[in-house]
Amino acid sequence: MARLSIPKTYKLYIGGKFPRSESGHTFEVVTPQGKFLANAAKASRKDARDAVASARSAQAGFAGLTAYNRGQILYRIAEVLEGRRDQFVDEIRASEGVNAQAAARQVEHAIDTWVWYAGFADKYAQVAGNGNPVAGPYFNLSTPEATGVVVALAPAGAKGESLLGLSAVLAPIMTSGNATVLLAHPTQPLSAISFAEVLATSDVPAGVVNILTGDPEPLMPWLAAHADVNALDLSGGSASDWVAWQSDAAETLKRVVPPTVGIPARSLERIVAFTETKTVWHTKALG
Amino acid sequence: MSFLDYAPAPESTAILNLQKSYGLFIGGEFVDGHGSSFATISPSTEKAITTVAEATEADIDRAVAAARKAYDKTWSRMSGSERGKYLFRIARILQERSRELAVAESLDNGKPIRETRDVDIPLVAAWFFYYAGWADKLDYAGLGPNPQALGVAAQIIPWNFPLLMLAWKIAPALAAGNTVVLKPAETTPLTALLFAEICQQAELPAGVVNIVTGAGKTGAALVAHPDINKVAFTGSTPVGRRIAQTLAGSSTRVTLELGGKGANIIFEDAAIDQAIEGVVSGIFFNQGHVCCAGSRLLVQENIHDDVVSRLQRRLSTLRLGDPLDKNTDIGAVNSKAQLARITELANSGDDEGAHRWSAACEIPSKGFWFPPTVFTDVHTSHRIAREEIFGPVLSVMTFRTPDEAVAKANNTPYGLSAGIWTEKASRMLAIADKLRAGVIWANTFNKFDPASPFGGYKESGYGREGGRQGLFPYLESSGWTKGGR
Repeated sequence: MARLSIPKTYKLYIGGKFPRSESGHTFEVVTPQGKFLANAAKASRKDARDAVASARSAQAGFAGLTAYNRGQILYRIAEVLEGRRDQFVDEIRASEGVNAQAAARQVEHAIDTWVWYAGFADKYAQVAGNGNPVAGPYFNLSTPEATGVVVALAPAGAKGESLLGLSAVLAPIMTSGNATVLLAHPTQPLSAISFAEVLATSDVPAGVVNILTGDPEPLMPWLAAHADVNALDLSGGSASDWVAWQSDAAETLKRVVPPTVGIPARSLERIVAFTETKTVWHTKALG
Repeated sequence: MSFLDYAPAPESTAILNLQKSYGLFIGGEFVDGHGSSFATISPSTEKAITTVAEATEADIDRAVAAARKAYDKTWSRMSGSERGKYLFRIARILQERSRELAVAESLDNGKPIRETRDVDIPLVAAWFFYYAGWADKLDYAGLGPNPQALGVAAQIIPWNFPLLMLAWKIAPALAAGNTVVLKPAETTPLTALLFAEICQQAELPAGVVNIVTGAGKTGAALVAHPDINKVAFTGSTPVGRRIAQTLAGSSTRVTLELGGKGANIIFEDAAIDQAIEGVVSGIFFNQGHVCCAGSRLLVQENIHDDVVSRLQRRLSTLRLGDPLDKNTDIGAVNSKAQLARITELANSGDDEGAHRWSAACEIPSKGFWFPPTVFTDVHTSHRIAREEIFGPVLSVMTFRTPDEAVAKANNTPYGLSAGIWTEKASRMLAIADKLRAGVIWANTFNKFDPASPFGGYKESGYGREGGRQGLFPYLESSGWTKGGR
């Protein structure tokens, strides 16, 4: 007799823990053909509030790590992801309906994305910052640093690509030391939750990344207006009424990156988009 | 006559050659507007200086069309080195006419001639010189090869540094290859109109710079115009919010330079006399009409009484009066409305239990004036500790530990500027790391330079002005993420 398998309960990821939604609500995740795959947690506004609070409390510490250390943490994510390659390939095949080869390509691309950004953690400030030759006896230096707490919508490509989509937005946000509330793609949440397991077993401090599954629509107006959120990455929002969210975000003058078509490419610009340039002047004198 | 009384030394206004009325500067010429006109007054005397036009929506249409035509037909086709040469020309003419511009600025704005002559106008020329050199070197700015201009930029500037804010806006926009429609503040249009004459003297191609005067309604029409590619605004946070809302979802790029509530932190080991000078220039420079003003003074508890008494002694030597007098330290508040706002907020300080001290100075009978004022016993919850006053009013608070200083300094929705006074460099750098502000002055304050990026965190806006970062809001590279940069 065949052995009965043990299906996983898919939960949220907040503050380094895996809670169910406080609302008790779940939703069905199905294959492209409509076949039941799993019940996933449907995050509520209260869950979103908890996620912002844990992101805020983790942010300063994460930004305060040395850039070298942050680079190592991002590289560690790539290592753990590589170790769980087969798990992601299986999950992507089931949920996105692609063949093993395409699923493997996506996982490999995602791993390489983490490696690429890991290597930028201790370099982007050299490329995006500089000394300034001011007309006076002053030391003057401009350096970019993390903007704070970012709410990001994971995008998906034409064929799903949910793991690659979340990696392409999350990695550049983390590179400079931001904390993130990531809203998983609404119909492709499984990679995101399994990715939370990668984060939990890497060296990422609790709260630096928080992942919510479910429907982003009721959460976003509230997150866009949240006074303790500094920026919105609407990369995955092209199918939604994202203009209203950008307008909500204007109330607290958040930085907003508008939706992209498909999966965003790796770029320095995506790192810099979630930074602030700080310029420090100091007097120079011999005496 | 005590040693502090100086004989009057007024700068003559004979250097000015003003028109009785000014139209709008569109397509390289002054043209009549379709709307009514209004007087711009001198805030120190309340006398009218000249009359300017209030641009209507039809006028804005005309100005944007002129800028679009100049962009398509001339400016976008010109080589960077030729564009740069026009900017160098403008910089030179600004230097040649600097005294005239300083007088006009002090007359229209109310700020002391010492500041317009020694700070504002020299920086205006420096800004054009700096960006002139970028025009043919954009490949080196850091956006990859061959970055592209955006098109027509709509620029709206405030009344606190009228011509300097114009330079901050126009110089990088033109260097990057954009054309502009700029609206000066309704209370300080004069130097922008003189700048239009300078564009004519420099033979800048028609329509590259267009100046439209008017108030908030004119500005709103400009921001909402469908044929602009970029909005750059310096002003209040509420207006900045409205602009961000108006442009949500549009491909128009936005940079916002908004309010602040800067903290100036003095540690017990600071060089106190230098710190006092820094505090004075931090909040009493330009009558406190500075978005990056150090309006909250955080003093280590054990030196509080000493700092406050030295500060009061120093403030008692400041001379308030005629902005055109070369001995004047504190000029007039820019408008009646601003004076009312400063007065109201200062009164809230009394009502909420803070202790007010004002320098004893004679207030002229005409014009708008507010004496240098220091509030002690201020709590972080008081309105004078939270809201931007934009006037010569300092709120003093104390701290015991560096962590407490950082927490109090960052306890504001703004994040534009901060100051640190300590002789210990390692502490200065550690504190600078933790402060959430775009510009940090250590053992100095309120220094500006075209090579140095300026701009805020959080609700102080987004984007930087100055330095190579100051070009980015006016350029597009294929890889650069749109929006909010």
